Amino acid sequence: MSAAALEAFVAEAGRTGNASSLHSAGRAARRTVEESRESVAAALGARPSEVIFTGGGTESDNLAIKGIFWGRRSQDARRTRVLVSAVEHHAVLDPAFWLAGHAGAEITLLPVDGEGLVDLEALRAELAAHADEVALVSVMWANNEVGTVQPVREVVRIAHRYGVPVHTDAVQAVGQVEVDFAASGVDALTVTGHKLGGPVGVGALLARRDLPLEAVSHGGGQERGVRSGTLDAAAIRAFAVALGEAAAAREERAATLGALRDELVAGVRRVVPDAVLRGPDPHATTPSGAPARLPANAHFTFPGAEGDSLLYLLDSAGVQASTGSACQAGVPQPSHVLLAMGVSETDARGALRFSLGATSTHDDVTRLLAALPQVADRARAAGLVAARPLSGGVA
Amino acid sequence: MRVLAAMSGGVDSAVAAALAVEAGHDVVGVHMALSRNRDQFRTGSRGCCSIEDAGDARRAADVLGIPYYVWDLSETFEETVVADFLSEYSAGRTPNPCVRCNEHIKFEALLDKATALGFDAVATGHYARVEAQEAPDGTVTRELHRSPNDAKDQSYVLAVMGPERLDRAMFPLGGFASKDEVRAEAERRGLSVSAKPDSYDICFVADGDTRGFLRSRLGAQPGEVRDTDGNVVGEHQGAYAYTVGQRKGLGLGRPAPDGRARYVVDVDTGSNTVVVGPAELLSVDRIAGDRAVWFAPAATDWTDCEVQVRAHGRAVPAQVRAVPGADGGADGLELRLGEELRGIAAGQSVVAYRGTRVLGQATVSRAWRDAPVTTGVPGGTVPA
Repeated sequence: MSAAALEAFVAEAGRTGNASSLHSAGRAARRTVEESRESVAAALGARPSEVIFTGGGTESDNLAIKGIFWGRRSQDARRTRVLVSAVEHHAVLDPAFWLAGHAGAEITLLPVDGEGLVDLEALRAELAAHADEVALVSVMWANNEVGTVQPVREVVRIAHRYGVPVHTDAVQAVGQVEVDFAASGVDALTVTGHKLGGPVGVGALLARRDLPLEAVSHGGGQERGVRSGTLDAAAIRAFAVALGEAAAAREERAATLGALRDELVAGVRRVVPDAVLRGPDPHATTPSGAPARLPANAHFTFPGAEGDSLLYLLDSAGVQASTGSACQAGVPQPSHVLLAMGVSETDARGALRFSLGATSTHDDVTRLLAALPQVADRARAAGLVAARPLSGGVA
Repeated sequence: MRVLAAMSGGVDSAVAAALAVEAGHDVVGVHMALSRNRDQFRTGSRGCCSIEDAGDARRAADVLGIPYYVWDLSETFEETVVADFLSEYSAGRTPNPCVRCNEHIKFEALLDKATALGFDAVATGHYARVEAQEAPDGTVTRELHRSPNDAKDQSYVLAVMGPERLDRAMFPLGGFASKDEVRAEAERRGLSVSAKPDSYDICFVADGDTRGFLRSRLGAQPGEVRDTDGNVVGEHQGAYAYTVGQRKGLGLGRPAPDGRARYVVDVDTGSNTVVVGPAELLSVDRIAGDRAVWFAPAATDWTDCEVQVRAHGRAVPAQVRAVPGADGGADGLELRLGEELRGIAAGQSVVAYRGTRVLGQATVSRAWRDAPVTTGVPGGTVPA
């Protein structure tokens, strides 16, 4: 947590008061929550009444996918289709597929190109064919693995032509690229605290007031009746403080991180020439002039190596990176994002993502580049061992 | 040394990892994911295949303060251990999957990957000892010995790994005389797995239902159960699911005419026939094995030893010698048993010892009776 967010958290956590209560302590807590709501709204180009505080990104995504699906379907029972990009986070994909298994939803995964960019023609075609049956479209603002910034405004333009609402998961984007709720035109947007220097366990769903949105958790009716539960005033205030800081520092921070990332990408290409950068060119821009890739993201696949070997070897050299998404038991799976981008399963197993943060330095990059050639060689050797046939008389 | 501790999630491997850390090694914990379909393995089986076990292993690694990784060896496990299990049963033999797992997974796939990544040794929670013997010329040979803990000794299932890999294997529990001691060591270190029950089942067979697992993978194949005179005495759903020496679960409606218990004495998966007969037909005094590995120079002449044919069986006096294998190679062995053993099925692992030292290991290809039968039951040899 950032120092300012932590200070706000501690100050608020020391006070009693339920923001739903009418007594004076309750009023004070409510004031904290409502000021935070105004601050979050201001940082993201939304109105305060559009901010629904939640327990974080996963909850916000679940509320958006299930809540909009149920809300739209109750207006018109034919609306059972959910269109999501194939590279969404599991917090979007899994509730969508849960709806398919339990609530009669039909999921269409919108394909992406080799850089992870969603196929707008596919979206157009789906809507042209089934507009009356589509409950919602969800396309993330930027991808968490390969950093691809999606054409969210274009998605909105197309979907709204057919009267279909759009949700976007902006967890990775906020604080790195400009995110303006109103200007983007989206109907719902997910943001979370801990990616911004705020606490874990708090976030928000921004949702237009006219969006049909059913509750996922029922109870005391807080947050427009769609997210019941006593509000965590301390976490909300710290989240608001962190978001404010991140928004104010965004341009400067993006420039610093971007420069460091470019150094990392050039360095990796130099020391391991056959490493393949996945995702958009770091210097490319979108048609509107925004960066095509998150400034803090670099992602490579190392042919012949396995991600878990790379991870172990880097870790023992003092460098922390991450590989694809891990399943519940921690078994490394080839990333669905890379597979959707057309990367082979074998190549996808050799993936490494480098995320830079506020504390990353030039020395960190230097240390990585010093360790990487030997790490890649070793991981490749281990990959060869794993690939060769085993001994013994087994068919 | 850089040591990879294989952590199943059980108490033995957790304490083994702890002892490796305390011995001053640079230890990394690795849990092997062996199942493709983790849900299938989740309930009814304990060992190293469930999500709970992976969580327990991670928890133990955190307590020890060592890095922890999950390595996905499920494909190799399916291609070796499970495939061997199915093909052996299909051939009317009785495999020991734990032996094959040590051979192909722990001391091959895991060990080789660890070596490639720069580890010096793999530590496991097995109960066995490695003793280094230095010859006058300075060469060191490593011997595999029984654990002093008779009840837990696992030298029988380890012998298949052969001598070459022993210098990269560490068994930190080798000196422990009882499981209670190991549990006490776990408790002393705050390892929450200290009271976890032992695992006995085959990890990939949920609920211990081997016959059900085989039927689900091999399909039902109805056939006849016959007595040694060829009379049909029952039916079965697949001869592959029977094991020589088996008495329970034969499902024969009526008792034998002489009222005596009947045992499986032969499984012929070629004709899909199970043959049952009286217990004395199961007694053997000779065993032939193949795929032999030797920890001592292979005995070309009959050599005294003791032999063990089951994981928790008793060793009996015997003589062993190396013979050409089935394909003419030098990988066969023969055993003359000093006392008769019952119900030895092809596919079982046989290990020859001298005292606590493992001399060699092989897979039973045939067991028969050389001495004359004294019970008056016709037929001298028991096909295996």
